[in-house]
Amino acid sequence: MVGLEHYLTVAAALFVIGIFGIFLNRKNVIIILMSIELMLLAVNINLVAFSTHLGDLVGQVFTLFVLTVAAAEAAIGLAILVCFFRNRGTIDVEDVNRMKG
Amino acid sequence: MGFADIAFYVFAILVVAAGLFTVMARNPVHSVLWLILAFLSSAGLFILMGAEFVAMLLVIVYVGAVAVLFLFVVMMLDVDFAALKAGMAKYMPVALLIGVVLLMQLGLVFGDWQFAETAETARQAVAPAPGETQNTSALGGLIYTQYIYLFQAAGLILLVAMIGAIVLTVRHRQDIKRQNILDQMYRDPAKSMELKDVKPGQGL
Repeated sequence: MVGLEHYLTVAAALFVIGIFGIFLNRKNVIIILMSIELMLLAVNINLVAFSTHLGDLVGQVFTLFVLTVAAAEAAIGLAILVCFFRNRGTIDVEDVNRMKG
Repeated sequence: MGFADIAFYVFAILVVAAGLFTVMARNPVHSVLWLILAFLSSAGLFILMGAEFVAMLLVIVYVGAVAVLFLFVVMMLDVDFAALKAGMAKYMPVALLIGVVLLMQLGLVFGDWQFAETAETARQAVAPAPGETQNTSALGGLIYTQYIYLFQAAGLILLVAMIGAIVLTVRHRQDIKRQNILDQMYRDPAKSMELKDVKPGQGL
C-alpha cells in the first residue's frame, strides 16, 4: 500500500536532484533555472501529499501560489537571460560580473 | 499490489529518472523535453493522490507555458552549449558529495517522525469526503472566499512578471524605418502641399 512516506521519498529525491543539477551545471543558467523548477516541483509534491493525507485543502491552495510564483520566476529569469545574452553573447554564469566595480 | 500501487511506482520512477536526465543531458533541448516528462508524470502522481485540479494546472501551466518558454529561449539563443558543458566533469565530485550528504540528511528523518496530536484539529479547511464534492469545486470555494486576497495577489505577481519580462526584452532598433502613426495623423495639406504659380515661358 502506497502511503504518505512514499510520496515524501519521491519529493526528497527530486529536490536533491535539483540541487545536484545546480552544482553540476554551474555555468549554464538555463539548466540552473530548470533545476530550480524541479525543486519547486518537489515542494509542490510534498504540499499536496500532506494536504491529501491530512484532508486539509489549504495545502493545495498553497500549491497554486507556489505554482504562480514559479511561473513568474521562470518568465523573469528567462527575460533577464535573453537580455544578458544580447549584451554579452554568452550565458556563462562566470561572466556575470558587470556590476563588479 | 493493486493498480494504483503499480501506477505510483511507474510515475515515481519516471519523475526521478526524468529529473536526473534533465540535469545530465548534453543537449539543452533534450533537457527541456525531460523536464516536460517530469512535470507530466508528477501530474500523474497528483491524480493518484486525489488532487485533480492541481494536476491539470501543472499540465497547463508547466507543460503548456513554462516548458515551452524554456524551449523558445533554448532555441532562440545561439549558445555554444558544448563549451558550457566542458566543466561538468570537474564539478561532478562536489555535486555528488553535496547530493549524497543532502540525501542522507533527508534519510535521517525518514520513518522517524509522527504527526502532532493536534494535527487533526489544526486543519484550516477540511477537505470534503470523496464523492461528496469534486476537488476542483472544493478548491474554488476556498480560493474565492477565504483566500481571495491571496488570489488577487497571485494575479498581481503574474502581472508584474509579465510587464517585467516585456520591459526587459523589448528592443527598439534605431536602424530601421518605422511607421509613426501620430505623425501621419497630424499631417495636413497645408503642411505637405505647396501651390506654385508657374509663369508662362519659364520653368520652376
